[in-house]
Amino acid sequence: MVEWEVIRFSFFNLDTLLEIWPMLWRGWLVTLQLCVAVVPLGFVAGTILATIYSFRIKPVNTVLIVYVDFFRSVPPLVLLIYVTYGIPLLLGADIDAFVAVLFAFTLNSSSYFGEIVRAGIESIPKGQMEAARSTGLTRLQAMRYVILPQALKNVAPDLTSNTIELIKATSIASVVALPELLRMGRVAQGLVYNATPLIAVAVIYLIMLWPMVRLLSRLERRMMSSR
Amino acid sequence: MDVFLDEFFNAEVMLKYLPDIIDGFWVTLWLAFLVVISGLTIGLALALLRAYQNPFVNAGIILFVDLFRALPPLVIIIVGFFGLPFVGIRLSGFLISWLSLTCVLAAFTEEIYWAGITSVNKGQWEAARSTGLGFGGTLCFVVIPQAIRMTIPPLTNRTIAITKNTALASVVAVPEMLTVAQTSLAYAANTSPLTLAAAGYLLIFFPLTMLSRWIETRFAWKR
Amino acid sequence: MARVEPVVEAIAIHKSFGDVEVLKGVNLTVAPQELVFIIGPSGSGKSTLLRCCNLLEEPTSGVVRITGEDITGVGVDINQVRQRIGMVFQSFNLYPHMSALGNVSLALRKVKKQPRAQAEAKAHEALERVGLAHKADAYPTELSGGQQQRVAIARAIAMEPDVMLFDEPTSALDPELVGSVLEVMRELRNSGMTMVVVSHEMRFARDAADRVLFMDAGMVVEQGTPAEVFGAPKHERTKAFLASVSGH
Ligand SMILES: Nc1ncnc2c1ncn2[C@@H]1O[C@H](COP(=O)(O)OP(=O)(O)OP(=O)(O)O)[C@@H](O)[C@H]1O
Ligand SMILES: [Mg+2]
Repeated sequence: MVEWEVIRFSFFNLDTLLEIWPMLWRGWLVTLQLCVAVVPLGFVAGTILATIYSFRIKPVNTVLIVYVDFFRSVPPLVLLIYVTYGIPLLLGADIDAFVAVLFAFTLNSSSYFGEIVRAGIESIPKGQMEAARSTGLTRLQAMRYVILPQALKNVAPDLTSNTIELIKATSIASVVALPELLRMGRVAQGLVYNATPLIAVAVIYLIMLWPMVRLLSRLERRMMSSR
Repeated sequence: MDVFLDEFFNAEVMLKYLPDIIDGFWVTLWLAFLVVISGLTIGLALALLRAYQNPFVNAGIILFVDLFRALPPLVIIIVGFFGLPFVGIRLSGFLISWLSLTCVLAAFTEEIYWAGITSVNKGQWEAARSTGLGFGGTLCFVVIPQAIRMTIPPLTNRTIAITKNTALASVVAVPEMLTVAQTSLAYAANTSPLTLAAAGYLLIFFPLTMLSRWIETRFAWKR
Repeated sequence: MARVEPVVEAIAIHKSFGDVEVLKGVNLTVAPQELVFIIGPSGSGKSTLLRCCNLLEEPTSGVVRITGEDITGVGVDINQVRQRIGMVFQSFNLYPHMSALGNVSLALRKVKKQPRAQAEAKAHEALERVGLAHKADAYPTELSGGQQQRVAIARAIAMEPDVMLFDEPTSALDPELVGSVLEVMRELRNSGMTMVVVSHEMRFARDAADRVLFMDAGMVVEQGTPAEVFGAPKHERTKAFLASVSGH
């Protein structure tokens, strides 16, 4: 009985929640901004990488593979700290923390998105490109109107999965003091001296991402049975 | 260019902090190793448990999987480290990091193993059972060997992606590579220690990433 | 008599894949409104020859001229040229994510830069010609193989090409669907289209071809009117091939 009382007080404290709610709200808005910027950036950059890869220019593709594997091998947090400390020193001027975070995440997520889109492109039969080219479409036009729409559909589950991972990863921006959701949660926790803000943060992430995880499971199952 | 070299590849600074970074490297490697072993094992155990189709157990497994797929690992680690003490549970940063990443890896790999198991044709089950093989025998000798082929590529990819998160342990004061690098960075007022740490991560994960690329083309993940 | 400019003129085409020489100096000339029919055993290089004509394969050496223009030279805008060369594939290669109308109108809009309405009207016309105007909104998966191939033909003719290349257009079809595709091809021929057809439909060749060309091992072994090649083949290899295909 006592234990439950302690848990309720520390983890699910309604008074605390009401008090710190505005802070979390502001944090959530920053997280939302991050996602809205970083997901399209990573996706577009990745798609461009995959398109260049599909042209099969040997030396270019070697560079691309090294780029992709490099940024898939470095933990995003390391990259993020590197960029936030390093770039101001290089430029001799401060840059906006938000911009630094965007930059680091784009490097990282373009690699993952690039790999996924590449797999999608490679899943399209060769005849599609040939048919398109035979009617006079340029390679880029064929890519845009014929190959990519099919390719992206084929890898929709992987794209969804990577989007979820990317949204989750934005939480590490808290480490470089960007006032996003997790950061605000920790600040709030310092103020009220109980764990309710942290639990609230976790719940907010769940509300954002659980539906996407469910959707992903459905997509994956549909893909599996449609083959 | 000189500024760049001096700031990121300062040999003097690097040499000075190299021993510390190497200490951190071993901590990172040890943590990563533990996460991989426990995560993959628990993931497999959950998938096998799920094959028994007990509705209550399965609901529990799905809840666990969804939860740890939806929550950011850093949030889990921070709740564990800064939250649990409020209810009297005080675990070291290392233990929290290990447990958190284990749960995340187990959740993701359970899904992959499970997809592998369910992808094996029902006829295979029936054929094996008709020869008198039991449930466990069918699973071990018929289903799993076939499932492995299609699970290996996503399994390696996912394991690498999650194991990289050992860097998050720096947030809860585990003396792993990134923590050491950040401390050194503060002392030296120079980014070079971080370069060393990044190199350390590359040393661990770049070969693995290339391995996973090779596995992918080798097994040509057929869904 | 003034020399009529050939529509297709491929001269001394060589093509190698790695060490393997697949075309060993092939010449192909197609006059306006002519239907040239190419036969030959599997692997003899028929597809490769066709694909060299619109540079889907780059010839290792040799010259290809389309209505007199050398398209193998440097600085040629190949996309400009390909508009004038229609191609029909054995496996249809329709775009599965687009309706029949979308398939036919895509190049009109993006290559010929026609506004949507105009392109779609044009596409409708083309579908009409292959007898599929009523299927304009259907997606490829909703069409039979024969219908898909007719849409593919419509996609090519909508561009109003100078010549059409057919690579085994009926080989992937169930026997009862072959007729409808051949019917469309016959119509095209009667309307004066210049055509190069690789196929095993010997009956169609007899009725419709102006010239039959027999290829083997990367070379043109013999050519002539259908009556000459089918009725009195000169080479042993031609005889053997004809015997093998008429056996069933
Ligand atoms: N892209 C390629 N790379 C390597 N070899 C190729 C390629 N395309 C064709 N070949 C080879 O060239 C030879 C001729 O092929 P082609 O497709 O032109 O023959 P074909 O006469 O059309 O045969 P079929 O009747 O089977 O279609 C074959 O031996 C084939 O294996
Ligand atoms: Mg062929």
